[in-house]
Amino acid sequence: MTTDAAPMIELKEVHLSFDDKEILSGVNLSIAPRERLVVLGQSGSGKSTLLRLILGILKPDSGSIQFKGLEVTRMGRRRLNKMRQRIGMVYQYSALISSLNVRDNLALPLEELTTNTRAEIDAMVMQKLELVGMAEARDKMPSELSGGMRKRIGLARGIIMDPELILYDEPSAGLDPVTSTLIDQLIISLSEKIGATSIVVTHEMESAFRIATRMAMLYKSRIIADDTPENFKRSSDPVVAQFISGDTKGPLLEGLPQEIT
Amino acid sequence: MILFPMVRSALQHLSSIVWLLIHTVEEMGDHMMRGRFPFRMSIFFEQTDRSGVGSIPLVALVSFFIGLTMALLTGYQLRPYGQESLVPSLVAIGFTRELGPLMTGIMVAARVGAAYTAELGTMTVTEEVEAIEAMGLGPLRLLVSPRVLAVFILLPCLSVISSAMAMLGGAIISSWAFDIPLQGFADSALDSLIIRDIVAGVLKSFFFGLIIGLVACYKGLTVRGGAAGVGTATTSSVVTAITTVIGFDTLFNIVLVALFDK
Repeated sequence: MTTDAAPMIELKEVHLSFDDKEILSGVNLSIAPRERLVVLGQSGSGKSTLLRLILGILKPDSGSIQFKGLEVTRMGRRRLNKMRQRIGMVYQYSALISSLNVRDNLALPLEELTTNTRAEIDAMVMQKLELVGMAEARDKMPSELSGGMRKRIGLARGIIMDPELILYDEPSAGLDPVTSTLIDQLIISLSEKIGATSIVVTHEMESAFRIATRMAMLYKSRIIADDTPENFKRSSDPVVAQFISGDTKGPLLEGLPQEIT
Repeated sequence: MILFPMVRSALQHLSSIVWLLIHTVEEMGDHMMRGRFPFRMSIFFEQTDRSGVGSIPLVALVSFFIGLTMALLTGYQLRPYGQESLVPSLVAIGFTRELGPLMTGIMVAARVGAAYTAELGTMTVTEEVEAIEAMGLGPLRLLVSPRVLAVFILLPCLSVISSAMAMLGGAIISSWAFDIPLQGFADSALDSLIIRDIVAGVLKSFFFGLIIGLVACYKGLTVRGGAAGVGTATTSSVVTAITTVIGFDTLFNIVLVALFDK
């Protein structure tokens, strides 16, 4: 699928293997500014790896990854760190620093990377906490928060530097349906309020269709489908159709014993 | 042939630890170039309190008992020859130059090294370290530098405490068992000590601190496999740090004897 605007992120022929296992094989993907791309795929299909490649935490074996025209694979540590300041990452299990309270978790990048005063930092922290409806948790430790609350704090931390691109790794996994919907709505409202581009990795179909303005599916190390949510729903591809329906009969479970499927 | 993979693996770890040090210094340099202090002072003071101040009771108590035992056993061996008066210098030189730094190194590796590995290992498993990296903050500067610096600076201080407590233990038992008065023990111990013994002991303590800090952080940051991985890495960290400290101590002594004690 092509877009008119200059891409925010562009992956060309990206290959990555761990030992002998091929994770990504010739992945091509282009994400336009303000898009909300949902990347679907089975567990272990390389979805989260894709996010780590974009952040430059992993290096591909070959291929090109560009962030606003800048080649990520050739960046040194300093340039990578500068680029990362323009990207927010929201982790599946939040990855809040357990020894710091909520305020300090959010303030950490501001204190380390900006010259803002303490009062300004406190105001920015409160603004982001209010945006995710968690202002009252300011002084709490991560261990005192529920899974859903931690996710919302993780979201607030992901947007604390007003990023141009936000990466979400399984944002609604393991949450009850109501909290899951709340997180999805937050993702949509954040992308609209701060105008950020979003890449959401998930295998929760309801969330995916709620959030996405575009969808891509990873299967057997490749992007096998890249289209609008409407076209995804109507897809005649047996893999995509089975993934969306959750049916046990089909190519996704090929190779498993009959009694299991 | 069996040794070859072990040597190769040891060399790989050694080079990784050297790179960890280089990258940490680079990240600190980057931050300083932006006009910032190279590490967070709050974390540094927290770590000095935990690893330094928190280790004083253990180091003091163990050193006191070892000093006491050393004086008692050597005194009884020397008594038949009428040489008990050598006990103060034996304890003083033995601890200042060798046993003080070495015992402190072993105790700190077990107490502080294990804590560093477990802490950083858990942070690695829960993706906290990766989150810090993803924010462009430099996890080595933020997490490794204050820890390594804390143990690097405080190990010599602990080593001095260890030697002093060992001498106190030796002095108390000597006054009781060999009729050496406390003042006489102190005078004799100070007379026998030369500046080289003190400098050698302090100098090697700095290196022990650096080794313990780097090994512990390296093991923590390379944890794989969840809670079990953290446990394995912590054990491995303590064993590696203690072995490396003893190995380095041997090398240091050989070089020192070869250069100055001929």
